[in-house]
Amino acid sequence: MKRLLVIALVVVLALLPVLSAGNVTFATTVYAKMLAVLGIFLLLQAGQVSFGHGMYFAAGAYTAAYMGQAMGGADILLLLLAVIAISGLSGLIVGLFVSRYRYIFFAMLNLAFSMAVFALLEKLFHLTGGTDGLRVPRPTLLGESFSRAQFDIVIYYFSFIMVVLGSLGIWLYLRSPLGQALKAVKVNETRLEYIGLSANRTILIAYVFSAVLAGIGGLAFGLQQGLAVPELTFWTRSGEFVFIAVLGGVGNVIGVFAGTVVFQAVRFVAAALLDDAWQLILGIVLIGIILVVPAGLIGLPARLMELGRAIRKRRFLAGREQE
Amino acid sequence: MSRNTTPLLSARGIKISFGGVIAADGIDLDIFPGEMLAIIGPNGAGKTTFLNVCTGYLKPQAGSVRMGGAELLGMAPRAITRLGVARAFQIPQLFVEHTVLENMLLSAAVRERAWNPFRNLHALPQRDEMMELLRLVDCADIAERSAHELPEGQRKLVDIAIALAQRPKLLLMDEPTSGVASSDKFGIMEILIDALRKAQVTSVFVEHDMEMVTRYASRVAVWSEGRIQMQGEPAHVMNDPEVIRTVIGG
Repeated sequence: MKRLLVIALVVVLALLPVLSAGNVTFATTVYAKMLAVLGIFLLLQAGQVSFGHGMYFAAGAYTAAYMGQAMGGADILLLLLAVIAISGLSGLIVGLFVSRYRYIFFAMLNLAFSMAVFALLEKLFHLTGGTDGLRVPRPTLLGESFSRAQFDIVIYYFSFIMVVLGSLGIWLYLRSPLGQALKAVKVNETRLEYIGLSANRTILIAYVFSAVLAGIGGLAFGLQQGLAVPELTFWTRSGEFVFIAVLGGVGNVIGVFAGTVVFQAVRFVAAALLDDAWQLILGIVLIGIILVVPAGLIGLPARLMELGRAIRKRRFLAGREQE
Repeated sequence: MSRNTTPLLSARGIKISFGGVIAADGIDLDIFPGEMLAIIGPNGAGKTTFLNVCTGYLKPQAGSVRMGGAELLGMAPRAITRLGVARAFQIPQLFVEHTVLENMLLSAAVRERAWNPFRNLHALPQRDEMMELLRLVDCADIAERSAHELPEGQRKLVDIAIALAQRPKLLLMDEPTSGVASSDKFGIMEILIDALRKAQVTSVFVEHDMEMVTRYASRVAVWSEGRIQMQGEPAHVMNDPEVIRTVIGG
């Protein structure tokens, strides 16, 4: 049943450009962010939160900008490979430091790294374009070049496929021994060490995956916006990813999708209603959601059923009283 | 204590102190293949510290622990585990968000380095072997239960089964029946002894219950203020007046 729903959702989204062309841009943004949130979701399995994944998001966008400018519009698939390599490698290097730490220290160390990257991107003006950032030239796909309108569809499908593959990959990973060990880190590192596995290394592997996911998300985002800016690695951006992940709930990948859609939609509507203070509306709505479903959106169906049962029970009792 | 067999593990001159408290003041101990060695002694004598040193959790100020030509001191717990020294804890260390079987499968996966990301943990070829081990400790019927909902006795057994899943040469246990209702103690110990015999694992256990020691140990070492006061056959050691005075109480 659940599996059928997921398949139906994937089919509908695959047909979105035909069904509802007006929402393609919105959906592409959702996918780009969702990729980064998937990375956060992965680390959450080990109970760890990174407030610095914006740096990998930025790495994806800046890679597209540099390579695009150097090659006069590179191929998307080539960009993808480059982003996987660069975000994976930087994830490995940073991960070697941060995977020794847990909880607040892990979160803050990630934040520190990402803010250092932010400062560099702003200050090294001649290399990075400073606050204005760099233009991301429109790439080709297998040698084919596109008009702006065509490219919107191309980048839609590119990010859509990445989201599907990323979600599938995470689903498989979390079922496998390595993913189960990741969940075990959260619960009992002592036992993990005493069955012969390094908790730090387990986190490091997940961290590299999460960096790659955020990098691909940043690539999609940069391509869609046509711009790579330092703001992508500012702490509010990283915080947004964490917020969406918590909003969706740590249960499964569907929650990540739901969380990202709801977050973006609320943000979109709020910005249209109140262009100076949209954060206010966003904040209020999100507080509301978290108060009603503390487990995140993934807990919503269960919560609704619970409410339904309570209402039915109350009606039943009221009916009996009347008799 | 003289034997012809070479020891499985030899500790020599272990010294460790925490601030002013001396937990090991020159411990020399050999553990021989096939034995079941009980470590007894008053609280604070350094019994658990000795297990922690042997498994790499604590690094002593002096001494050596050798096993099969390798020096264990300075190794991480996981490296010592891989050499065949497994550990069970006074407070069972389980993955409480996993089922009992998943706890076992994780242990087996690490042992076999089964890191194929496309294979479900439950599809591990060691599944039957793990079920067999659970049967050995009389926990097969709770294989699908979540580890956090087990009573203490079963938690203890599962903790030991996770250690046995490593196929260790030596199993170090810290009070295997503490925290268990006294009516269940002997039942659990019987299951445990039987399992250890079938798995042919040499074992060391720290114990406070003297009846447990007399009944099950093949040798006893008495700890006192960071030293080994006496070691030998249970019948001999447990009747020693000095041991009765300091440890057994009488």
